[in-house]
Amino acid sequence: MNILFNGEPRSVRDAITIAELLEKLALDPRRVAVEVNLDLAPRDRHGETTLKEGDQLEVVTLVGGG
Amino acid sequence: MRYPPLGERGQAKLQASRVLICGCGALGSVLANTLGRAGVGHLRIVDRDFLELNNLQRQVLYDEEDVAAGIPKAIAAADKLRKINSQIDIEPLVTDVDHTNIEQLIDGVDMIVDGTDNFETRFLLNDTAVKFDIPWVYGGCIGAEGQSMTIVPGDTPCLRCLMQESPPPGTTPTCDTAGILGPIINIIASLEACEAIKILSGNRDAINRTLTVVELWDNRIRQVKLGSLKEAVDCPTCKHREFPWLAGERGSHTAILCGRNAVQLSFPERQSLSLDSLAAKLQGVGTVTQNRFLLRLAVDDYLLTIFPDGRAIIGGTEEIAEAKTIYAKYIGS
Repeated sequence: MNILFNGEPRSVRDAITIAELLEKLALDPRRVAVEVNLDLAPRDRHGETTLKEGDQLEVVTLVGGG
Repeated sequence: MRYPPLGERGQAKLQASRVLICGCGALGSVLANTLGRAGVGHLRIVDRDFLELNNLQRQVLYDEEDVAAGIPKAIAAADKLRKINSQIDIEPLVTDVDHTNIEQLIDGVDMIVDGTDNFETRFLLNDTAVKFDIPWVYGGCIGAEGQSMTIVPGDTPCLRCLMQESPPPGTTPTCDTAGILGPIINIIASLEACEAIKILSGNRDAINRTLTVVELWDNRIRQVKLGSLKEAVDCPTCKHREFPWLAGERGSHTAILCGRNAVQLSFPERQSLSLDSLAAKLQGVGTVTQNRFLLRLAVDDYLLTIFPDGRAIIGGTEEIAEAKTIYAKYIGS
């Protein structure tokens, strides 16, 4: 299925969970926040949150300058 | 005052309020400017740094004269703000914020606004705010991107509900690698300032309960709903009341300064250094200049700035070890 990942189309396997996707991308779940369709997905639920066709997913890292 | 949701009552509350502006660089100087002009009665401005010419691109309170005078940012900010609004109290403090002094710095304040340039201090602020039940507003910028989030302990999620750990050093862009665009600073700091005005004026119901992400160059602004975050995350800070940054178990005493090709060294035990005797010691080593806030030594390709509390900023390197060596070589540790 296709999702929009950080604004770019990306093909992932059906019903992939957020945890699986982060692992595939080698992203440390403790250091990123994940939003799906403008809702923040709580990290304690990444393992049970499955993605659907057309989901818009953004991986947010804190920005530290200022 | 004429804005109805604020009104005379809200304005009076602002006048009676005390705010800690933590860091007075780019974000901090917009925050101080905005909150000072809004009539927030007491601004405690803390910053560890002094001014450099390249700060003027985005640090709106300062000018070339301040840079030439080589004065610390907190002092320059206070001088400027007193000319802008003589009816408020301004308390500038030239020091590094860390776990040893943060409790003093928040003493008596109604809220904290984020003008810092590093994650370590932000997680320290989050620990402190949650522990002592003080609202704070996170803001951060890099390149053309900025984020802001309002944290009201007990009501909203905290920074650690959002992100369990800060990004490890060296893994995220810095002002050196990505630069920083002036307008994003004004946007993020203005969002922070407005949140502060809402909270201080007694309008907590109006706060922004989302994470705001602004990607200015790509023309994207997102309000990410934090919804169930507070309930869904087993947050070490809010739920378990663990405060490792505040306890000094996390965080180092060195910092690579954003955009400066410099490293700051500070020490858990504050010292009391005589700049005069240090200047005498360093005569002949390199070029020494001095004012009552700091001493500078230019030697080889390094520029050392030394403060009376023993803290030093070593310019000319981004290597902590190299900076420590230089410190040990010229100041002694």
